Amino acid sequence: MGADRIAQAFAACAKEGRAAFVGYLMADDPTPDISLGNIQALAAAGADVIELGAPFTDPMADGVAIQKAAQRALAAGGSLSGTLEIARRFRIVNTSTPLIVMGYANPIHRMGFSEFARRAAEAGVDGVITVDLPPEEDAPLRTELARNGLAVIRLATPTTTEGRMARVADGAAGFVYYVSVAGVTGAGVGAEADIAAGVNRARKASNLPVAVGFGVRTPDQAAVFARIADGVVVGSALVEEVRAAVESGQPESSVNRISVVAEALSNAISSARTLRSVH
Amino acid sequence: MTAAPRPNTWSQWPDANGRFGEFGGRYVAETLMPLVLDLEAEYARAKADPAFDAEFQDLLKNYVGRPSPMYFAERLTEHFGGAKIYFKREELNHTGAHKINNCVGQVLLARRMGKTRIIAETGAGQHGVATATVCARFGLPCVVFMGETDVERQKPNVFRMRLLGAEVMPVSSGTGTLKDAMNEALRDWVTNVANTFYVIGTVAGPHPYPMLVRDFQSVIGREAKQQILEAEGRLPDALVACIGGGSNAIGLFHPFLEDEGVRMIGVEASGFGVETGKHAASLSGGQPGILHGNRTYLLQDENGQITDAHSISAGLDYPGIGPEHSFLHETGRAEYRTCTDAEALEAFQLCSRLEGIIPALESAHALARTGEIAKELGPDGLIVVNLSGRGDKDIFSVAKHLGMEI
Repeated sequence: MGADRIAQAFAACAKEGRAAFVGYLMADDPTPDISLGNIQALAAAGADVIELGAPFTDPMADGVAIQKAAQRALAAGGSLSGTLEIARRFRIVNTSTPLIVMGYANPIHRMGFSEFARRAAEAGVDGVITVDLPPEEDAPLRTELARNGLAVIRLATPTTTEGRMARVADGAAGFVYYVSVAGVTGAGVGAEADIAAGVNRARKASNLPVAVGFGVRTPDQAAVFARIADGVVVGSALVEEVRAAVESGQPESSVNRISVVAEALSNAISSARTLRSVH
Repeated sequence: MTAAPRPNTWSQWPDANGRFGEFGGRYVAETLMPLVLDLEAEYARAKADPAFDAEFQDLLKNYVGRPSPMYFAERLTEHFGGAKIYFKREELNHTGAHKINNCVGQVLLARRMGKTRIIAETGAGQHGVATATVCARFGLPCVVFMGETDVERQKPNVFRMRLLGAEVMPVSSGTGTLKDAMNEALRDWVTNVANTFYVIGTVAGPHPYPMLVRDFQSVIGREAKQQILEAEGRLPDALVACIGGGSNAIGLFHPFLEDEGVRMIGVEASGFGVETGKHAASLSGGQPGILHGNRTYLLQDENGQITDAHSISAGLDYPGIGPEHSFLHETGRAEYRTCTDAEALEAFQLCSRLEGIIPALESAHALARTGEIAKELGPDGLIVVNLSGRGDKDIFSVAKHLGMEI
């Protein structure tokens, strides 16, 4: 399935005239079982694509929300192997929602690029985002993933110039993840016009769908991006629901919290373009 | 693609991709990638510009106080009863360590690039103080990220940085030490890409940092070579330096790399002992991995999670090492030994009493291995030890370890 499953999901959304809702949660946060329940709830609430964070001790591109999520996951015994196990269990009950593993290079490097690609494919993972493997460094992993039919999803950012965008597009698969703002995950949002310009730069360089993420927290913000891009990624806002559940002393309540928040985001994204045409 | 390096080609590294053999590279988020490419291009232009070098040399001479002396440590030599031991006196530099050589170079680069804000990470505080110092000299705002644990154990340096006008940001994420300070500095950099220059304190980080920090620190080895030739009429048999990230060691080693008869010995901090797991010896107790922009030896567990470093010396308390050291280690050009907290404490006191020089705890790690190297080489041997920093900053923590009250 791999890259094809991602393409099908975006194509289905395009056919419905809407952007895809891409939801992020950290694997094994706060425990493996609750984490699995959370991503199932996220899919049930309308996420078209799921990004599964692989916990890492030193997440230098992440803001506080995802840093804390990684710490909770690691405290619960989380690891890259654990992340793949969550993917495998999810895939048993859901064969249609694309799963993207998002993480940092070192755990993958330690497992071995070839071993990781094989195990990720076996687990039903469709694509991989490695924050600290820019196009200049991702060839060894990309080759192994491609051999197993998996997509390397590339990041494009406000600092990715038009000239550099071709480098990002060359070898990219699945979709292009446009980072809305120069900053860490969960930080502020960039100006709408700048983001639209960035998405257009990415579209000029690549035929892949373009999803926008980083800093999208509310249904209203999600709706704005849903009009600009082919997909909207929400991470920190969902992860914060897990934190709130843990802090309330009822970690299993994160399943309901995520359902509620994800449904609101999904509705906002689905109706964004229709609502605008009404205006 | 790259053939095994020939002995006379050490100085060709890194290659165009920022690699020292299998190590180094540019493992950064896409947001930072255009910046490190810019920095590489600007550094190449600066290197070709005589005006840049003239300004750098002028500041090294008149502001830092270079050249630093080459001192014959007569009593230590007698004490060990082996090879002659010389100290390269980097502790006499302005701000008390080798760190400032690199800060002057990078701040000049930042000015060239029109950057108006400087950030840095620091462990022991020496790099933070040196960066804050050069920023004060040039009127640039400076933010130093420092782990909470280190803020607590290096109070005098925190005060110095504040006195120099820098903002010290305690970092509580992770374990609150140097690696977390570096994570936080990277987070700041990615958020303030337009106006901010990140002054990395050691020969780590994404290319071109390991190269440019090495180049700025190589003044140590160039001077040492000339000075030892003047004093002894020959090259030394061995160079000895402590290793955290490894900037003082590479600064001393690099100009000697092609002198085949010169052995290079780096000393890693083994804390309570490599076998206890509580240490900071990335080469002796780590595995190759990817962190903070480069591929290098790292302390990590079987899942690729970074493990906590431990050393009595905050400046060596880092779970990685500069990629060029990983390369010199794998090729066998340099050798790497270890020194425990206890051995460093002993060398710290020995040097103070015998030479009237209180060394930094970092440098004490190099001194602790010097005795055995002196004996291995015998009385005809010649050793240069990099006395990379002075120990004034460490007297409080050393007193505590010795059970004394100040």
